[in-house]
Amino acid sequence: MIEPGLYHLLFISAALFFIGVYGFFTRRNLVTMLMSVELILNSVNLNFIAFNKYLWPNKLDGVFFTIFIIAIAAAEAAVAIAIIINLYRSHHSIDVENAEEMKF
Amino acid sequence: MPNATYIALIPLLPLAGFIMLGIFGRKYFKNTSGIIGTTLLLVSTGLALYTAYGYFFEYGKVDGVYQKLVPLKYTWLEFSQGVSIDMGIIIDPISVMMLVVVTFVSLMVHIYSLGYMKGEERFPTYYAFLGLFTFSMLGLVVSSNIFQIYIFWELVGVSSFLLIGYYYDKPSAVAACKKAFIVTRFADVGFLIGILMLSFYSGTLDFNTLIATLTSPESNGYKTAAAASFMGVSALTWGLVLVFIGGAGKSAMFPLHIWLPDAMEGPTPVSALIHAATMVVAGVFLVARLFPVFAISSPGALSIVGYVGAVSAMIAAVIACTQTDIKRVLAYSTMSQIGYMMFALGVSKYGGEEGLGYTASMFHLFTHAMFKALLFLGAGAVIHFIHSNEMKDMGGLRKYLPITHITFLIACLAIAGVPPFAGFFSKEEILLAAYQHNPTIYWIALITSGLTAFYMFRLYFSIFWNKDASPSPQGEGRGEVHHGEGGFAMMMPLVLLALGAAAAGFIPFGHFVSSDGKALESEFHLQFSILPVALGLAGIFTAMLLYKKQNDKPDKIAASLSGLYKAAYHKFYIDEVYLFITQKIIFNLIGRPAAWFDKNVVDGLVNLTGNTTLKISEGIKRIQSGKVQQYAIYFLAGVIGLALLFIYVWK
Repeated sequence: MIEPGLYHLLFISAALFFIGVYGFFTRRNLVTMLMSVELILNSVNLNFIAFNKYLWPNKLDGVFFTIFIIAIAAAEAAVAIAIIINLYRSHHSIDVENAEEMKF
Repeated sequence: MPNATYIALIPLLPLAGFIMLGIFGRKYFKNTSGIIGTTLLLVSTGLALYTAYGYFFEYGKVDGVYQKLVPLKYTWLEFSQGVSIDMGIIIDPISVMMLVVVTFVSLMVHIYSLGYMKGEERFPTYYAFLGLFTFSMLGLVVSSNIFQIYIFWELVGVSSFLLIGYYYDKPSAVAACKKAFIVTRFADVGFLIGILMLSFYSGTLDFNTLIATLTSPESNGYKTAAAASFMGVSALTWGLVLVFIGGAGKSAMFPLHIWLPDAMEGPTPVSALIHAATMVVAGVFLVARLFPVFAISSPGALSIVGYVGAVSAMIAAVIACTQTDIKRVLAYSTMSQIGYMMFALGVSKYGGEEGLGYTASMFHLFTHAMFKALLFLGAGAVIHFIHSNEMKDMGGLRKYLPITHITFLIACLAIAGVPPFAGFFSKEEILLAAYQHNPTIYWIALITSGLTAFYMFRLYFSIFWNKDASPSPQGEGRGEVHHGEGGFAMMMPLVLLALGAAAAGFIPFGHFVSSDGKALESEFHLQFSILPVALGLAGIFTAMLLYKKQNDKPDKIAASLSGLYKAAYHKFYIDEVYLFITQKIIFNLIGRPAAWFDKNVVDGLVNLTGNTTLKISEGIKRIQSGKVQQYAIYFLAGVIGLALLFIYVWK
């Protein structure tokens, strides 16, 4: 069994990030897109944790940042869902392709 | 020393009237505006007379020479050491005389207008404009700085524009006011360049310093100005001629006189004001103000003044003989008389006996103001009565308008130079001055004075005699007795001015106004006066023969002189020449190419900028598609691009 090192974690983080980006670009459903954004955020969290653990093991800055991001993400999810609900009320759909009025 | 406050009040009171009536007149002073304007001017007139009395009899004279006093000088805009635009007051014989003339004639016009303009829609506006006009002219005559005079000069132009175009719903009045403004403005360009040249060489804008510098042959300014030459003429002469062009424009000298007859479109009292006291004499005044420079430093420029004046006097007199609109006859007679004043200055020399022309010119200005105002106001009364400007509609009016008749007759006698009326004395002096210095001009002037008598009495007989009492040529009830002469307000100025026109000649003018300030004893030569007076009487009798009774002699004579008569009737086609030059030559050669350039090149550049912007924005607006995910892709691409840059390029 291999002891997981910094590079393994960074690989997972990068993979999560691009999965999130892919999901954000391809899904049309706003809720799914929101979930993709959460994936991106969590990949960043993972990065923070990994760097904290392997580079400065006796400090806690990375952990604090992670907790901070989780808190912000929760707030952001609340706002995003509020927007989505409003969009649903006005458009009867949460498909981004139906919300294209704001253009030239 | 004079008190600057009350002298400053003379022009400022009409200005106050203008501001008050101009802003509040239509709302609050609908009916009282005439009284307000007249009262203010009455105070001004009183102050002017008081100033004149003080200057001429108390403090003005030092050792027998009238001084140039500057009781007020406020530096308004300083360009450099010594060169500044000042607002000041200069008090010398001519400015004091002009103060009296302008306020007095303007007061007469104000009073007269109370009757003449009664019931006009824009009565307060009319009085406001009159106030502005009077203010501008008073400011002009007391100017102590050549730039100050230019400012008031333009103000005179603007206010004449406003008054000539007073009936702005009449297209002819609109055309006339534009013409007056454009022609005089065109001449003013010359004046401005002249100011720049004179002030450049003398290094100052102040009249006293400027005159002192440019008349002393030792000064540097004089030397450089006399040495610098352009096309063989010294810069000083050029400057003075250019200044004179400005004066000629305002004073309606040939060939810039074309605006004057058309200016008759304004209300008749305004014509009286323009022709007698303000506006047209401004040019004469300007030349008189700079007279020492003209006379001492540049006799060439002065002789141009003389010849232009003489030619204008002659041409205008010939044209006046053929016109049928009574106001136009008077307009040309003004031009002719202003010509007299100009050439009187032109033949004069500076100082002593030789300066007779200067005194004569100012004297004629003074007497002319009286009788010309009287003529115009009289003509106004006639027009008021008959509702027409045309001579053929008139005739036999002496029974209906007795006061107008008598006063008009006095004015005609005065302008014709019949002793002992005012015009005789001033004209005699002018002719004497011309006789002493320039025989050509003398003969022109002599013939002109005969013509003057002829056309004035042609006017007089056509209005008041000719036909038998048939005062209402068109429509009924117009000439009925109840219509009358126009009441006290209209008759009082006529009577006062008639007194002036009859008696002003007895003022020993040479004692007060002369080129160098010393008293000038004007001699009276009986044998010299015989010829002009005889010519004048001959003119009067010719007119009497031709026009006293209705007959066909005038038509026959006109027919026998058909070429000359037609040319004169059409004002020697000068208007047509102007039209040809402006419309055919300037419009086609300069106007149209300039318009083409403007439309295609200037506008083209602007449109090109606009169109290019439009095209580019059409192309790039698709980026803003409204698709959120597309934006995210752009964003990511940007981030990746920046990351690549920072990683590989700007390490």
